[in-house]
Amino acid sequence: MAVGIWQKLDHTGRNLLPFAVTVLLMLVAMAPTHVPGLGMVAPPLTLISVFYWAIHRPDLLRPSVVFVLGVLQDLLTGLPVGLSALVFVIAYWVVLTQRRFFLGNSFLLMWSGFAMIAAAAAVIQWAVYSLSQVTLVGFKPAGFQALLAIAIFPLPAWVLMRLHRAFLS
Amino acid sequence: MKGRNSGSVVRIAAPVWALVQRFYFLLLIFVAIALMMVGRMDPVLVDQARARVTDAVAPILDAFSRPAATVANVIEYGRQLVELHAENQRLREENARLQQWQQVALRLEAENGSLRSLLAYKPDPASSFITARVIADPGGAFVRTLVVTAGRRDGVKRGQAAMAGQGLVGRVVQVGEWSSRILLITDLNARIPVVLETSRQRAMLSGDNSDRPRLMYLPRGVEVTAGERIFTSGHGGLFPPGLPVGMAQVDQGQVRVVPMVDLARLEHVQLVDFGIPGGLAAEAAQPGAMK
Repeated sequence: MAVGIWQKLDHTGRNLLPFAVTVLLMLVAMAPTHVPGLGMVAPPLTLISVFYWAIHRPDLLRPSVVFVLGVLQDLLTGLPVGLSALVFVIAYWVVLTQRRFFLGNSFLLMWSGFAMIAAAAAVIQWAVYSLSQVTLVGFKPAGFQALLAIAIFPLPAWVLMRLHRAFLS
Repeated sequence: MKGRNSGSVVRIAAPVWALVQRFYFLLLIFVAIALMMVGRMDPVLVDQARARVTDAVAPILDAFSRPAATVANVIEYGRQLVELHAENQRLREENARLQQWQQVALRLEAENGSLRSLLAYKPDPASSFITARVIADPGGAFVRTLVVTAGRRDGVKRGQAAMAGQGLVGRVVQVGEWSSRILLITDLNARIPVVLETSRQRAMLSGDNSDRPRLMYLPRGVEVTAGERIFTSGHGGLFPPGLPVGMAQVDQGQVRVVPMVDLARLEHVQLVDFGIPGGLAAEAAQPGAMK
């Protein structure tokens, strides 16, 4: 009986992994780096995490959870509340419809898939933010941010893959 | 009776539920947009939510920021080792120059004191500092804010000026119980009335998310010399006059301001309460002069 409870707890804990890891990455990304200029283009680790789990375990990162993650990110970073939620939900939706394609193929294809998602996310974020501020904000920082995220993608993806294999398989 | 009721509920609910399922993503997108509108209509509510959430994760952010600061320190240490000799030389020269300035300052202070006593000058209330550590720099492409470890229980209030070293870095926009958020002067939404040091010309310092905010509403024909210092003017009552902000820089016909402080390397900030708005801020600009 006791074993059953512990097993259940263990199971729940493991199933919470995608959510917990995404929140953790969100907080890590917020740490002050003291590197001039990096803060502006700090890669959106959260988007990488959402992308990864949407492909590999969408059953553990439901759309509503993705939405909550987006709201949390907005509240923490000072963006208009709902902006990241919007971007994450759209990204998740797109990934989910193309999931089969991403799953079956090589890492390179996943990377190029992320490149597209990151670019689209940057454009949406920029457009919606400009609308909400009623001014045309420069696109350059958002563009650089997306480029950097694409460039470093293998590293966080590798970490997520290790975590995935260690706890969820 | 009950059975028939629940039956009709199911009859209505089932298709609704199917519809929700089918348009789940659209619904979420719609809710996100609605949230943005709510944020625009009721900023106080959103600010409270932000303060709560920031308070909740502040301890974690605090823990994360320490190793990051250590790494930054190690890198900085290595950099300093390389430039040790040149730095020493520069500091010696600067020290000699500053000692001369110190003599001047002491003389002026004495003179100022005696003149004030002649005029029966009523000094402004002393300002007080709260020093807080920077625990998060959310960054991103669109906002320039910092989260620091001081909140309502430490006496932080909305609108207080945030200073570091010799210059203004921003102002407090959101206060939680033990954490608060600072809007940097480089943020898109930051507008600070300033005055140029030599020409005494007023202008508006307007952040545009770049590292160097722009100087706007300068009348035509005003000559801005590069390196001229920019101070808060105190207009609008947000900041007291005389806080140093940065140095002017003319760049392709646009006047931009290089902040006094390197905003990327902030580790601690001082949140300053000036007593009444419009306090004598020149004193506050030099923390040593407070005691």
